[in-house]
Amino acid sequence: MADDTKISIRNLYKIFGDNPQTALKQVHGGMGKDELLDKTGHVLGLNDISLDIPANKLQVIMGLSGSGKSTLIRHLNRLIEPTAGEIWIDGDDVMAMGPNQLRDLRRFKMSMVFQNFALLPHRKVLENVIYGLGIQGVDESEATKRAAHWLDRVGLAGYEDYYPGQLSGGMQQRVGLARALATDADILLMDEAFSALDPLIRTDMQSILLELQQELNKTIVFITHDLDEAMRIGDTIAILRDGCLVQSGDGQDIVLRPADDYIAEFTREINRSKVIRIRALQRPIAGDAPVGEPLPSSTVLADALEKLVAAPAQALPVADKSGKVVGQVHLNDAVKALHA
Amino acid sequence: MDFLLEFPSLGRSDLSALRRGIDGTFREFTRAWGESIENFFDPLLAFLVWFEKLLQATPWPIIILILAGLAWAGSRSWKITLGSVVAFVVIGFLGMWEDTMSTLAIISVATFLCILVGIPLGILMARFDRAQAIITPILDVMQTIPSFVYLIPVVMLLGIGKVPGLLAVCIYALPPLVRLTNLGIRLVDKSVMEAAEAFGASNKEKLFGVQIPLALPNIFAGINQTIMMALSMVVIASMIGVQGLGVPVLRAISNQYLALGLMNGLAIVALAIIFDRVSQTYGKRLQSYREAGHG
Repeated sequence: MADDTKISIRNLYKIFGDNPQTALKQVHGGMGKDELLDKTGHVLGLNDISLDIPANKLQVIMGLSGSGKSTLIRHLNRLIEPTAGEIWIDGDDVMAMGPNQLRDLRRFKMSMVFQNFALLPHRKVLENVIYGLGIQGVDESEATKRAAHWLDRVGLAGYEDYYPGQLSGGMQQRVGLARALATDADILLMDEAFSALDPLIRTDMQSILLELQQELNKTIVFITHDLDEAMRIGDTIAILRDGCLVQSGDGQDIVLRPADDYIAEFTREINRSKVIRIRALQRPIAGDAPVGEPLPSSTVLADALEKLVAAPAQALPVADKSGKVVGQVHLNDAVKALHA
Repeated sequence: MDFLLEFPSLGRSDLSALRRGIDGTFREFTRAWGESIENFFDPLLAFLVWFEKLLQATPWPIIILILAGLAWAGSRSWKITLGSVVAFVVIGFLGMWEDTMSTLAIISVATFLCILVGIPLGILMARFDRAQAIITPILDVMQTIPSFVYLIPVVMLLGIGKVPGLLAVCIYALPPLVRLTNLGIRLVDKSVMEAAEAFGASNKEKLFGVQIPLALPNIFAGINQTIMMALSMVVIASMIGVQGLGVPVLRAISNQYLALGLMNGLAIVALAIIFDRVSQTYGKRLQSYREAGHG
């Protein structure tokens, strides 16, 4: 386990059915998902998932419906019990926790945002945001102060006394986000949090999340079925398919080096110019460096192309974070990367 | 052929021995336990008598004022409040005040008792499927068995009087409250429950913070039904010695007094409508948050 790993998932299996342990033996014996369903009526929800989720980063877990992504995120706070496997958070064995430790984990260490908001309809907006704090035992005046602060941060100041039913979907999810942030947990679980929102609002919410994350540096586990969303917000992305983890890496890795045809198919529609960074295309400088202002290596293709076209040699030097020139990038390579 | 034409039944003598056996056993049980069971219900009887006396001894304008206040508090509607006041004035004017107070007393105590037993029972059923599987058929029996049938053992055990009447009313009126409490809790949005769980709510916090508040409209519908069914038992309860509007109805049946029967019957109806409207509008107000749609 690396030092900066916050959550570590080891060989996690989840089988739904009457007799999961027997089915698990069959899966260990090499039986696949379809065969297991046909022969035993058990559903293989998660198949041997191992994943290290880095601290203070936004980890996206992506997959289509039925891939097991929502099942996986519910294992992290044990809303669902695994059939086999281990989950470690900050070096603590989550599977070994008793009911009280588990409750404390949920109260103080992680909070959650849900696809369908799951607000308490009988409580006003402010009271919803206070909910987690009330359970933590924070006294009322302090809780009100903190809740009001977070409502303000998500742009809902002035809506304290509304009922959730009076708000639009986007606003309700902001309440959900404020409720999750208010508990001050270092881990934020987001289960398709923006999937129920229409596209403009969704982009809006992504921006709010990224903005908050820049300052809060929480460990966020974000579930989505939308590759664009994954590419936009994810520091690292794990892709699930039929309960198996098929690839894990940053957005660029996945676009440039898809692990299999399934993922290649998946990534075909993506706007590559906004995902690929020139770092991936740079070549060592042979002879003289090209003339022109160096591009930071983290520049995405979309931004680099224009400058490359304008550059005299249709090539520019590439500089690392410290500004040191580390290589060069050619227009040809950039254009090829767009269509690969 | 005899076998096909006549249903193979126990012989006459065997059957009567069986019935005698059951009757005898129950009679023995009554002798052995009747008194202690009666003593067990003594506090309830004392409470019922005290409440009835209180209602009858309080000057009528105060009662009407209190009732109007309750109607207003429950419904926040001038129409319902005014209607209740008018109904009580007419009832009093037609000479049924005292009987109405007796009926009011037994209905209130029966409803209170049903809430005390019914809501926890409903919660239990919602929490454990096993409890639901056991309690549901019992509720079915309580609701469908003719009241006269269970009046027999109740009267054998406790004699004629207020307590057996109260028990008879409760047996009939309890099931809807239990069912609706159970249903209301089970209908609470699963995702909201999951959210509560994810934030580390304990069972108690989930029950009192989420389940009961969200089930409240259904629980109130249950209380409303309980009151209605209790009122419909008033006449039968009067057969075993419960005072109130049922007594004159019973007298009217046996003597063919049309007007007497009609007046007291309508008084029961008036009580029922008042209770129903007040508790229903209150139940509706409890879920006002649901109606507040965004524009």
